Amino acid sequence: MKSSLLSCGVLLSSALLLSLPVHSQSLYERLGGEAGMLAITNAFIEEISFDAMVYPYFRTSDIGRFQAKFSEQLCVAVNGPCEYTGDSMLLVHRGMGIDEAAFNRTVELLQAAMTREGVHHTDQNRILKQFAPMRADIIHQ
Amino acid sequence: MPPFVKRYQMLIVLFTALFSVNAVAGSQLLATGGVTQVEGSAGGGLVPWAVIAGYGDANEYSSGAFTTQVDLADFRLHSVGAYASWDNRWELSASQQRFTVKQTDVVLRQEVYGVKARIAGDVLYGPGPQWSLGVQYKRLLDDAVAQSLSADKTHADLDVYLAASQIHLAAFAGYNVMWNATLRASRANQLGFLGYGGDEQQRHQSLLEVSALMLVRPDLAIGVEYRQKPDNLSAIKEDDWYDVFVAWFPNKHVSVTAAWAHTGRIAGSDKQEGMYWSLATFF
Ligand code: HEM
Repeated sequence: MKSSLLSCGVLLSSALLLSLPVHSQSLYERLGGEAGMLAITNAFIEEISFDAMVYPYFRTSDIGRFQAKFSEQLCVAVNGPCEYTGDSMLLVHRGMGIDEAAFNRTVELLQAAMTREGVHHTDQNRILKQFAPMRADIIHQ
Repeated sequence: MPPFVKRYQMLIVLFTALFSVNAVAGSQLLATGGVTQVEGSAGGGLVPWAVIAGYGDANEYSSGAFTTQVDLADFRLHSVGAYASWDNRWELSASQQRFTVKQTDVVLRQEVYGVKARIAGDVLYGPGPQWSLGVQYKRLLDDAVAQSLSADKTHADLDVYLAASQIHLAAFAGYNVMWNATLRASRANQLGFLGYGGDEQQRHQSLLEVSALMLVRPDLAIGVEYRQKPDNLSAIKEDDWYDVFVAWFPNKHVSVTAAWAHTGRIAGSDKQEGMYWSLATFF
């Protein structure tokens, strides 16, 4: 049992080390550049539109604007050659009554969108790391 | 616990897991609730963490059950229990441990009732680590052995702990890393099976317990834990515990944990170590 667990651990860590991506490309490039930003954003919008909890927040929103601004913001988050021209997170989400549960659900939808677009788990984490600090400006505002 | 519950606990745990698949488990992200430690609090395998059991966030309710077995060379430890949590702030737990000794008819049972409160922070979103304060009220049901070893108290006692936990997103090559540090005031001998306090040390002592893990996949954590133990009895020595674990979270309703645990000297037997298995449900 001990040896099987040890070998399991050794296997896991070697699999991990082998799968440690040697990145010759930047995160932005890995995600497919501008087209990739748009693809992830569209998948995110698709996930939102099927979600009973989060969709209602977007019912009256200008989805074209959201698409443009969110992909810009994603691009900035992954160090791409973009500028964010949307409003501040605080301003945008104020008065929406977003609570922890809605925020968590939205993060899951973004994860699902990224998974659908073939974004590696480690790159998903890198993106979430950039968005996580925005939570304070988004919930209970 | 009614005998039928004891007998079918594994089935009950599995059933509740199966039937809760459609229920809402809570909104927090997969694996962020940890698993259930041996005394019934949310944590790793040995160490209570600052996380509140289950996946419930603010205004959400969560409950669940767990069963754990540790197979050492000369002893077996079996723990089964349940928790309820509310608002990502309060956690109540109740569990029973059975400690059996190879080639004897010795069975030592202990009950542990736990309360934990998150006092600050958020394990994932900060700022800083999440902090929780907890107590574990331990009641020894079979106290003959504790008495024969002249433990200071043999009926019941209280452990108090302060825990800090934090998840760092993409901290190592893009993988999420989590650490936990817990300071526990305790005088429980071998979790409490051998009573509380002894001739060498009567009072509660500050003990450090730490864990570190990495999520190699969103649903798979590997990690290590260390738990400092008191050593209160002159008749028999007690060692610190540590383990290496793998925890799998196939969905938000179940977790399966396997570990290799080193528990050192127990009740006069040297070099005790063995497999730790745990199944927990969340709904
Ligand atoms: C880290 C998480 C989030 C990020 C990075 C984010 C980002 C954005 C961005 C860039 C925009 C467009 C801003 C603009 O139009 O100038 C936006 C709009 C919007 N967001 Fe978020 N958001 C997040 C979380 C949420 C959550 C949790 C909800 C609700 C559950 C939400 C609901 C909305 C809605 C409804 C709009 C459209 C506002 C309108 O109609 O003008 N967002 N968000």
